[in-house]
Amino acid sequence: MKTYDCIVIGGGVVGTAVLDRLAFHDLATLLLEKDDDVSVGASRANSGIVHAGYDCKPGTLKAKFNVRGNHLMWSLVDDLDVPHLKCGSLVVADKDNKAGIDELYDKGVKNGVEVEVWDKQKTMSFEPNLSDNIEWSLYAKEAGIVSPYQLAIALADRAVLNGAEIHLEEGVTALERKDGLWVVTTEKSQYLAKTVVNCAGAYGADVNDLAGAEHYETSFRKGEYYVLDNTERQNVETVIFPLPTKAGKGILVAPTADGNVIYGPTSHLCDLDDTSVTLDGLQDIRSNVAKTYKNPVVRKCIRTYAGVRTIIGDDFVIGESKVVDDFYMAIGICSPGLSSAPAIAEHLENLIAGDVALKDNVVTRLPRAKRLSELDGDELNTLIKEDEAWGRIVCRCEKVSEAEIVKAIHSPLPAVTVDAVKRRVRAGMGRCQGGFCATRVMEIISRETGKDITEIRKGKKGSNIALYSVKEVPND
Amino acid sequence: MIKKYDVVVIGGGPAGMAAALSALKKGAKVLVVERDVRLGGILNQCIHNGFGLHYFGEELTGPEYADRFVKLVESEDIDVMLESMVLRLTPDKKVEILSPEGYITVEAGAVVLAMGCRERTAGAIAVPGTRPAGVYTAGMAQKLCNMKGYLVGKKVVILGSGDIGLIMARRMTLEGAKVELVLELMPYSSGLKRNIVQCLNDFDIPIKYAHTITRLEGSPRLTGLYYAPVDENRNPILEKEEYVSCDTLLLSVGLIPENDLLSGMDVEMSPITSGAVVDENRMTSIPGVFSCGNVLHVHDLVDNVSREAEIAGGAAADYALGNVTAGDTVSVRATDGVRYALPQRITKGGEGKVDVFFRTVDVYTKKRIVVEVDGNEIYSRKTMILAPGEMEKITLARQDLVGDVIVRLK
Ligand SMILES: Cc1cc2nc3c(=O)[nH]c(=O)nc-3n(C[C@H](O)[C@H](O)[C@H](O)COP(=O)(O)OP(=O)(O)OC[C@H]3O[C@@H](n4cnc5c(N)ncnc54)[C@H](O)[C@@H]3O)c2cc1C
Ligand SMILES: Cc1cc2nc3c(=O)[nH]c(=O)nc-3n(C[C@H](O)[C@H](O)[C@H](O)COP(=O)(O)OP(=O)(O)OC[C@H]3O[C@@H](n4cnc5c(N)ncnc54)[C@H](O)[C@@H]3O)c2cc1C
Repeated sequence: MKTYDCIVIGGGVVGTAVLDRLAFHDLATLLLEKDDDVSVGASRANSGIVHAGYDCKPGTLKAKFNVRGNHLMWSLVDDLDVPHLKCGSLVVADKDNKAGIDELYDKGVKNGVEVEVWDKQKTMSFEPNLSDNIEWSLYAKEAGIVSPYQLAIALADRAVLNGAEIHLEEGVTALERKDGLWVVTTEKSQYLAKTVVNCAGAYGADVNDLAGAEHYETSFRKGEYYVLDNTERQNVETVIFPLPTKAGKGILVAPTADGNVIYGPTSHLCDLDDTSVTLDGLQDIRSNVAKTYKNPVVRKCIRTYAGVRTIIGDDFVIGESKVVDDFYMAIGICSPGLSSAPAIAEHLENLIAGDVALKDNVVTRLPRAKRLSELDGDELNTLIKEDEAWGRIVCRCEKVSEAEIVKAIHSPLPAVTVDAVKRRVRAGMGRCQGGFCATRVMEIISRETGKDITEIRKGKKGSNIALYSVKEVPND
Repeated sequence: MIKKYDVVVIGGGPAGMAAALSALKKGAKVLVVERDVRLGGILNQCIHNGFGLHYFGEELTGPEYADRFVKLVESEDIDVMLESMVLRLTPDKKVEILSPEGYITVEAGAVVLAMGCRERTAGAIAVPGTRPAGVYTAGMAQKLCNMKGYLVGKKVVILGSGDIGLIMARRMTLEGAKVELVLELMPYSSGLKRNIVQCLNDFDIPIKYAHTITRLEGSPRLTGLYYAPVDENRNPILEKEEYVSCDTLLLSVGLIPENDLLSGMDVEMSPITSGAVVDENRMTSIPGVFSCGNVLHVHDLVDNVSREAEIAGGAAADYALGNVTAGDTVSVRATDGVRYALPQRITKGGEGKVDVFFRTVDVYTKKRIVVEVDGNEIYSRKTMILAPGEMEKITLARQDLVGDVIVRLK
């Protein structure tokens, strides 16, 4: 049985960020993820907003890690070449709700966030498509957007390049202490670890129970979204929030780092892993968007999705267990968990590896990924000379070449499902949603991995796309 | 050195091939750019028959129909670039093409757009519920089945009654799958009558009109779905929800002309067809840029595609070779039950006849198709039944078109 210095459980943005920081140190590290890729839980389905941190209750872990996380984020995404835009954010209010804006302003100042209160004219000149009744706004220039799944994937890639291991489709099923070490049992194997970090998202409380650590009650809140065609991007400048309520930050209109626009999220109690979209939820979005945004265009929708927030009490649970030894946790990481992830990772790094030497020659910057859609004719011709796959478009909507897909399949953390390829290079994320390219992507994965087409999956185990060869359809 | 052609045809489906052949006949030097590894377009995956009754007077399969044109194109002096995708088109008709050979720019005297269409997806119509594996556009399932040899599933529900969905209902049944149900939001089918009969009725596959899906179930693979009838505003009546277990959902909920190439250009578009606004030569608002086939408006019969493309290709050659004189145009407007009429503009004067194609808004029985110019009826025809799924044609005498034209039902 191999002994690791540290095993991280869960490959969301928090787990990958922690692994990435630990991998800079002279430590043997392993991340165990139960699903087919990193970033398949909440980290895949959220608003992708790097919040400035003005609306967290002062003094909470949320406030502390959000503000610090925002600060760390912008250089991190630059180092990792993750799509992002520091586009600022606006919370908007009509004439009866100026007090709400002032209250947020005060919180922002207390949290150490740069915020400004803008009148109608300034607000409208910045974001012309707001509803006519909007009179005031709170502007936060430090806010922005990132591609949340590409962030987690890039963190995972960098960690692997720096020597960390990631095992996919190995969910942790048992945790036991033996001779001062953790015995970590998964569906496939067993490992020994000096320390364990629980970053299991929605299953965080369960993993704590497996370890005999602090017991927590968890609740879940679903957030549903519309994604609009990229032709709508030109009409949205920044992230537009209504005034927050007890249920959350409200239904927003925001650009995405990949060039689309989202409307959402809703906020309703739900069951574990219930990422279904409901008719009521969609209705809720349609009626609320119109309150802040002048011309919602739901007909430009290219897809819908939902993510689930994991809630433990009123705050994040971050730190070392007081009940069992060598057990750390970052659980109950609901919003603003994406924004906070770099700071949470920094904090856990200090706790776990504060006194461990750094490795020599670590990778800090991931090479700039070449994207066909961003290259000019001369650059393309140079690339095609080396590899003609650059001249073969697979995804016509997002203009993704075969070369990019092959590279994703062989990246440090390999992508072996159609959705994993999609999250890395955007093939299938455009307006035809893979109708055209999914079969091509399947063939390329099949060719590169030696798997039969019927074994190629959309994502998780059991999500095979083509079930039977035409000659061998079972009759039962 | 930049290559020059009189006519560059974008897309090598039936539209592109017919346009190229007709441009060649007028003496133009022609290039066809096709992003697939072969010519033929969507016909390559339509292995059923029913193609060519009007054009060739016999019933062919899709690949057979395509093959007749492919042979002609290959035997004539037409340049063809395969595995080559046009990435950009400029208003001065420079065509930028990417292929495994490199990225090149070609200068065109005239351009014919023949890029076909794409399918509307589950995302676009925001189907509620889970987002599992097992949901496909009918065209994707067709491609996997007919071109790659894989069946996507065994217990199938189809949403929408577009032709591809109907054809796939029969195809999957023949391959051993069970098609449980076809659901159609509208009170009538959007597909051809003959496909309802030959693909559903003949196989006892039920179709429920004015029904839609309310929720998908299952993760990671589809396990079933709920559906319900809709009220007159097309909202589902949830009290009447029913469940059907299935592992596959095919969507046949509409086709959208593939006009992304025009996004950077100031081309006048029709919000109804999602294609360009054209004159009787199928020329768009940009002189020298023509459009035909499914990229102009969605066709149900390939025969009409070929005919339309011949008009566009011939006119493109005339334009490139300087054989045209621009004239004033009259507009063609659709109203009273007519959804759109095409061409939307016709050049004034001229002799002979001009065909106008249209689709209706709804299903109508015993209506009269009427064409008016300046308030005078210049055309009238009695019909038994008109349906949105079937494109109609009327032939007008050009000498009658002295003012703006209105097409309506009475
Ligand atoms: C609708 C919505 C909108 C949001 N918007 C924002 C926003 O705009 N900005 C922001 O900052 N935050 C936002 N958040 C919050 C943010 O998405 C989360 O805080 C963050 O993604 C949590 O990351 P995580 O790594 O803790 O969890 P997850 O991403 O859920 O990762 C947990 C991982 O652990 C794995 N796992 C679970 N159990 C096991 C096991 N036993 N063994 C192995 N692996 C296991 C899971 O498969 C999963 O991959 C939003 C959240 C939601 C739901
Ligand atoms: C599934 C299905 C079933 C049908 N069944 C029947 C039937 O039974 N009988 C009948 O008569 N008709 C039928 N039709 C209708 C008829 O076949 C189509 O209308 C016809 O194929 C459309 O021809 P097209 O050339 O416009 O488009 P397509 O056949 O789609 O061809 C367009 C071509 O353009 C290429 N292209 C697109 N963009 C670019 C670019 N940027 N650069 C280079 N190349 C590009 C594409 O690769 C494609 O090959 C059916 C259609 C479908 C989709």
